[in-house]
Amino acid sequence: MHIPDGFIDLPTSAIFAAASAGAITYSLVGARKQLDEKSAPLAGLTAVFIFAVQMLNFPVAAGTSGHLLGGALAAVLVGPYAATLALTVVLVMQGFLFADGGLSAIGLNVFNMAVLGVWGGYAVFLLVRKILPKNKSSISIAAAIAGLISVPIAAIGFVFQYSLGATATFSVSAVLGAMVGTHILIGIGEAIITALTVSAVMASRSDLVFGWENKTSTLEIRN
Amino acid sequence: MRFPVVYSYCFVVRTLKIKVETRHHHGHDVGERLYIHRHSVVHSLPAHPKIIAALLFIFTVVATPITWWFNFLGYFVLIVTVAITAKIPLKTLFTRALIEIPFVFFAILMPFFGKGEVVSVGPFDLYQEGLIAAAGILIKGTLGVLTAITLSTSTTAREMLRGLEKLKLPTLMVQIASFMLRYVNVVNDEMERMKVARESRGFTATGIQHWKVLATAAGALFIRSYERGERVHLAMLSRGYTGVLPHEEPPKLSKSIWFTALALPISAITILAISLGINK
Repeated sequence: MHIPDGFIDLPTSAIFAAASAGAITYSLVGARKQLDEKSAPLAGLTAVFIFAVQMLNFPVAAGTSGHLLGGALAAVLVGPYAATLALTVVLVMQGFLFADGGLSAIGLNVFNMAVLGVWGGYAVFLLVRKILPKNKSSISIAAAIAGLISVPIAAIGFVFQYSLGATATFSVSAVLGAMVGTHILIGIGEAIITALTVSAVMASRSDLVFGWENKTSTLEIRN
Repeated sequence: MRFPVVYSYCFVVRTLKIKVETRHHHGHDVGERLYIHRHSVVHSLPAHPKIIAALLFIFTVVATPITWWFNFLGYFVLIVTVAITAKIPLKTLFTRALIEIPFVFFAILMPFFGKGEVVSVGPFDLYQEGLIAAAGILIKGTLGVLTAITLSTSTTAREMLRGLEKLKLPTLMVQIASFMLRYVNVVNDEMERMKVARESRGFTATGIQHWKVLATAAGALFIRSYERGERVHLAMLSRGYTGVLPHEEPPKLSKSIWFTALALPISAITILAISLGINK
């Protein structure tokens, strides 16, 4: 769900645009360090992947279907820096080319989905990975919990913006309840799809998964 | 003597057809779903003054207090005038504006909750405060969407990117975005082929039990996208890529171009200034 123009007032939008700009600058530096000059094509293709996979419909029941949001998935697959950049580009392009999400609200949307969703999800992923034993299935479980948490975290970001600068009359606690409630449900779907997708990639190209630091298999020299 | 008439009719149709086929290229990719090719003042303007104009206009709309109804009427007339100048069919303009429907529901519920004065509208008792807030969300959101649609319908994706680059979007972001635009069709086709392959094996997704198949496809799509990224990167390196893409410096824009582009926000700000004076 993208926030349209006029829903949140301009000062709040400006604050979050500045916060997003800071997070993007940090991710630009991090992505350059992590991927060198490879960062542009790889983050670009990640953006395309996220854009495409959001159009893949997962049927739920009785004709309804949902789709992946992809913040946590991108963070686990390519790392949080490239994921933030890829999701930001997707949101900016959706705003400017598809009129999806208000142009004055881009900072708000980027903050919720590309910053909170990605970094919140990645923090949860790191935490869960630390607790679980170091094997491949732990990565999928950690990705699932990251996916589950990343969606309500983004929703909480929205509620925070709402409490600061909304022109609406719903009480903040009511919005918090409704948003977090529905987004936990969406998060369960996100968790299942994220875990299944990560385990599919782990099965064939585990070396591509950023969150899988495969330190155990070093080069073996046999005589 | 019917025959010649029919003949000449066919001839006209044929020449028209040829004319259609020999027109210059009209980009219609996934990345340019909203762009409609026309020859208009709005289309001919460079992208970055247009982006600035759209943003300033939206800022003006959002900054206006919602009880100043006449201002919004003025803004509406302004943006529709721009859309007409851009030769965008009004039907297209308003159908595309339906994208904001999810938030409309949010707004519709609002008058039913709240406190303070109650107004009776038909069978419903509505809260005035909520009614005004809901109208604000709807009106400002609609004006924002109409502006964004006018911008994206009159600007190609490539121009938009160049405009954002001129407005100091970081180079790496511009590169990521240009990769995205360049490969969005390739990856979409890839996904479509995977779908055709699944369906030709007799697969239909009906519920959660099929998510594993779809997620496996998503995983495969990621691997293919990533590998394509690596191939593209190697191809770029072998052509001498050092981290910056070459581009020529476009000529400086004349004052009249800026003035034409900024006519929209200047008019809107004038309306706002006048009503500020009246409401003092």
